Amino acid sequence: MTKLTRRMMLGAAAATALMAAAPAHAVEIEYWQYFYQQRVDAMNILIANFEKANPDITVKMTTFPYDDYRTKVAAAIPAGEGPDVVQLFYGWLNDYVTAGLIQPLPADAFPPDQIDKDFFPMVQAMKVDGQYMALPTAVRSLALFYNKRLFAQAGITTPPTTLDELVADAKLMTKTDGAGNIIQEGLTSGMTGQDHQWMREVLFRQFGTAPYSDDRKTVTYDNEAGVAALKWYTDLQLTDKVTNSTFMDEAQAAFKAGRAGMHIDGSFRIGALQSTDGLDWGVAELPAGPTGIKSNYASYWVNAITSQAQGEKLAAAEKFMAYITSDEAMDIWLKTVGELPAKPAAALTDANKADPIYGPFVNGLAYAHATLFADETTQRTVLVDAVNRVLLEGQDPAESLDVAAKAEQAFLDKFFADQ
Amino acid sequence: MGLFHNPTVEQRRTRWAWTFLALPIVFYVVVRFWPTADAFVLSFEKWNLLKPREFVGWKNYVELWNDPVFWKVFRNTFAYLLIGTPISLVLSFFVAWHLDKVRFMHGTIRALYFLPFMTSAVAMAWVWRWFYQPVPIGLFNNLLSSFGFSQIKFLASTTNALPSVLAPAIWAGLGFQIIIFMAGLRAIPGSYYEAARIDGVSGLTVLWEITLPLLKPTIVFIVVFSSIGFLRIFDQVFNMTTNDPGGPLNATKPLVLLIYQTAFASYDMGYAAAQTVVLFLILLAVSLLQLYIMRDRV
Amino acid sequence: MTAGPVLKGAADRVLAAPAAPRRKGHPGAYLRWLLLFAGGLIMVAPLVWMLSASFKFSYELYDLNLIPVEPTLRNYEKVLGDPRFLRWFGNSFLIATIVTMSNLFFDSLVGYTLCKFRFPGRTLIFIAILSTLMIPTEMLVIPWYVMSQKFGWLDSYWGIMFPGMMTAFGTFLMKQFFESVPDDFLEAARIDGLNEFQIWWSVAMPLVRPALAALAIFVFLGNWTAFLWPLIVTNSVEMYTIPVGLKTFAVEQNVDWEMVMTGAAIATLPTLVIFLIFQRFIIRGVVMAGLKG
Repeated sequence: MTKLTRRMMLGAAAATALMAAAPAHAVEIEYWQYFYQQRVDAMNILIANFEKANPDITVKMTTFPYDDYRTKVAAAIPAGEGPDVVQLFYGWLNDYVTAGLIQPLPADAFPPDQIDKDFFPMVQAMKVDGQYMALPTAVRSLALFYNKRLFAQAGITTPPTTLDELVADAKLMTKTDGAGNIIQEGLTSGMTGQDHQWMREVLFRQFGTAPYSDDRKTVTYDNEAGVAALKWYTDLQLTDKVTNSTFMDEAQAAFKAGRAGMHIDGSFRIGALQSTDGLDWGVAELPAGPTGIKSNYASYWVNAITSQAQGEKLAAAEKFMAYITSDEAMDIWLKTVGELPAKPAAALTDANKADPIYGPFVNGLAYAHATLFADETTQRTVLVDAVNRVLLEGQDPAESLDVAAKAEQAFLDKFFADQ
Repeated sequence: MGLFHNPTVEQRRTRWAWTFLALPIVFYVVVRFWPTADAFVLSFEKWNLLKPREFVGWKNYVELWNDPVFWKVFRNTFAYLLIGTPISLVLSFFVAWHLDKVRFMHGTIRALYFLPFMTSAVAMAWVWRWFYQPVPIGLFNNLLSSFGFSQIKFLASTTNALPSVLAPAIWAGLGFQIIIFMAGLRAIPGSYYEAARIDGVSGLTVLWEITLPLLKPTIVFIVVFSSIGFLRIFDQVFNMTTNDPGGPLNATKPLVLLIYQTAFASYDMGYAAAQTVVLFLILLAVSLLQLYIMRDRV
Repeated sequence: MTAGPVLKGAADRVLAAPAAPRRKGHPGAYLRWLLLFAGGLIMVAPLVWMLSASFKFSYELYDLNLIPVEPTLRNYEKVLGDPRFLRWFGNSFLIATIVTMSNLFFDSLVGYTLCKFRFPGRTLIFIAILSTLMIPTEMLVIPWYVMSQKFGWLDSYWGIMFPGMMTAFGTFLMKQFFESVPDDFLEAARIDGLNEFQIWWSVAMPLVRPALAALAIFVFLGNWTAFLWPLIVTNSVEMYTIPVGLKTFAVEQNVDWEMVMTGAAIATLPTLVIFLIFQRFIIRGVVMAGLKG
C-alpha cells in the first residue's frame, strides 16, 4: 500500500466516522423567508438537497406572511431569536447593514470580483465598502400576461407591443352589462399590485422622465412627462373604460378567474397561474412607450447571514449561502418559482430567451431598472394615492402628481436626513 | 418577630390577603402600570427597534400636530363614533322597545338579533367585504343590478367607504345593546305604566316622560360602551382594506390602524406611542364625561 | 351594596317573555311582530349567506340563489384539509381556555380579597386595579411588544396570553358579586377550621357560579375573536390564532370567495353553536356582565 492510498483510506475512515457521529453534533441553522407557496416549495427542495450533501447540517425554515415579514425580522434578530440566514428585499438592505443585523459574506468563499463578474450588475447595490453583504438567488421582472381564450374570442392574434395597441386590444376584450358595469376587463389595473412599479420605472420613463435622480435622493417625475404617464394610466379607467381598479377585488384575482384579458405582473406570478386549472394564458414583453422606449422594473430578494450566526453555525450558514446562490439552486428556483437566475450566464441562455413563458421576463431584464427604495410601503402609497385622487376624487392629474411628488420628496428628505 | 409568633386574627387575615394579592400585584405592575409608563416615556423618544432609544422631547407631538394624515385619521375616528353611536343607539332601543312587547317566538327573535354579537370581527369583515364588491361578484351590487339599478361603489369611494366599513361593526354590536336595553326596560316598575294608563296618557308621552328618563343610566352606559368601541375600531377596517390599509386615500383609517402602521410597518415606535397617548386622552375624556353625567346617581 | 341578587334578578327578568300582551289581537301587534321578525332575518342574513356560499361550487357562487343547486362539502374538505387551519383552531381553543381559567381564578380571588378582607392599602389597590380600565390595550401593545422581544416571548403561546391573564373588568365584576355572599357564611366556615383559601374556594366560589359563568363567556369570546395583539406578537404561521390565520388565508385565497366564506364559517360556527345551545345562560351572563362591568 502506498502512502497515498493509506492516507486516503484514513481520510475516508475519518470521514465515515465524522458522518456517523454527525447526528450527535448536527448543527441546526434557521432560515427565514416570507410565505409564498412556490418559494416555500423551492426552498424545501434546496434544503433537502443541501442536507443530503451536508448530513451534519440541518436547516429549519420558518415563513411569515409577506405583510408582516419586515417587522418580524427586524424585531427578532436583536432579540436573539432570529434566523442565521435570512431572505430580505433588496431595498431593505441599508437598514439592516446600518443596524448591524447582518454580517459581510467572507471574501474567500464569496470573492467580490467574481460576483461582480457573474451576477447582474444591479446586484452590486449589495456591496458595502467593497464587501458583499447579501446575494440573490433570483431576480424578477415584469411582463404582460394575457388570456389566450379571450384573445381568440376577440380575434387578437398577437399580443400588443405598444401602449396604443394595448389599449386597442383591451377595448376589444372589455365587456359590460346593461347598466354599463364592467363584467370582463380588457386589462387589469391596481396600483396596490404591481402597477405602481410599472408606473414608476416603466411608464414614467416611456413618457420621458426618470422617476428619481441618480443618487435617488430627488423625485424627478413631477413634470409634463410624468403627468402624461399618470393621465394615460388613469384614462384606462376613466375614458378608455377598459378596466376598473377594484374589479374582482384585486387585479391578479380578476386575471386568475379568467375575467380579464391582460394583466401586468411579475415573474413570481407564474407558479400560481400554472396551478390554476382551466386558464389558458401566455406572456409577452411589456408594451413599448409612445416613442418606442422599452423599460422594465426588476427587483430581487437577497439572502444574508445575520450577525447572530457565530462559530459552527456561521460555517454552516456560509455553506448554505453558497449552495442557495449556486447555479443549481438558481435553476431549481426558476423551475419552481418562476424567478430568473441572478447570473446573466444562467439567465440569458438561448433556451430561456426562447422560452414562451420565461422569455419575455428574461428579455425584459436587459432593459430593466431596479428602484432603490427608501421604504417601499411609503413610496408605494404615494403613487397609489396619486392615482386614487384622479380616479375617485376627479382631481386633475397634474395637481395630483404634484402632491405626490412633494409628499415623496418630503419623505426622502426625512429619510436621508436620518441616515 | 413577635408579629409572626402570635398573630391576632386580624393579622392572620391581613397576611392571607397579601398572599392572595402577591401574584396579581406583580402582574398589574409588570403588565399594566409599567407598560403604561413606558408608553408615555416612549412618546418622547425616537426609536426604530434597531438603534438605541433617543430622547427627543415634544418632537413627536409637534410632528403629530403638523401631520395632515393624523388630522384626517382623527376626523375619521370621530366619524366612526358620531355615525356609529347614534345609529346603533336608536336601532337597538327601537328593537328592544318593541321586542319587550312581543310574546310569540320572543326567544327566537331575540336570538336572531343577538347572533351577530357572537361572531369574530375578522371573519365578518371578509364576509362583508365580499358583499361590497362591484359586479359581477358582490352580493349587494348584483342585487342592485338585478333590479336594474346602477351599482354603488362601497369600498372604492372616499365618501362611502367609511360608512361601509362601519356597518358590520354596528351590526355586530346591536344584539348586545338590545339585551342591555331590555334589562333597563324591564327594571322600570310596572306601576309607573299602570299610573300612566289610568291617567290616560298616550303611548308617545309615556315614552318621553317615563321610559326614557328612567332609562338614563342604561342609555349612558350604552353610549359610553359603544363610543369606546367605535373609537377603537380596527379589525373591520384592517381586514376590509388589506390592499391599501385604511384607504382609499386614508378615507377609512382610524387611529388604531394609524398606530399599528406607524409602529409595525414604519417602526417609528416613539411616534406611534405619541399617537397612543392621544387615543388614551380621547378615551379618558369619554369616560370622565360619563362620570360627570352620572354624578347625581352615585 | 348587594349587587349580585339585584343583577341576577334583572338578568332573569330579561330572559322571561313579557308577562301579558297589553292589547291582544290589535292589528298593530301583528305588524310589530312582522317588522321585528323581518329585522331579525336581516340581522342573520349575512351569516346565512356566508353559510350558503360555503356549500357552493364557484360556478354558482355569485348567483342570487340562497339554496345551492348543487351543494358540496368540497370547500370544507379543502379548508379543513389545510393543516394550518386545524392548528389555528387548536391554538385559539387552547389560548382562550387557559386565559379564561386564569381569569376565573385570579379575578375572583382578587375580587374576593378586596371585598371580604379589611387591611391597610385595600382601597389603594382596588383603585389602582380599577384605574387600569382607563388604559386602552392599544396603548399597551407597543410596550408589550418591546417587553416580549426582551424576554423572548414573541411567537409563543405565553406571549399571546400574558396580557389577558387577569383583567380589571373581571376583578370588578367578581367583587360586586362577592358583596352578596353573607359574611356569616364565611365566619361559620372559619369557626369550622377552614383556612382562608379553603373558605374562598369551597364556600364563597360556589355561591357566585352565575357570575363565574358570565365572566367565562366574556373572556372566552374575547380571546377567541382577539385580533390586534395576536397579529402583533405572533411570527410564524404555526402560532397564529383563528382570526389572524383567517386573515392570512383570506388574503391568499381572495379569488376563491367560496373558500374565504368557508374559512369565515369555520371561524364563526363554534361560537354560534355554543350560543344556540346555551342561549338563556349566555344572555343572562351578558346582562350581568354588562350591567356591572
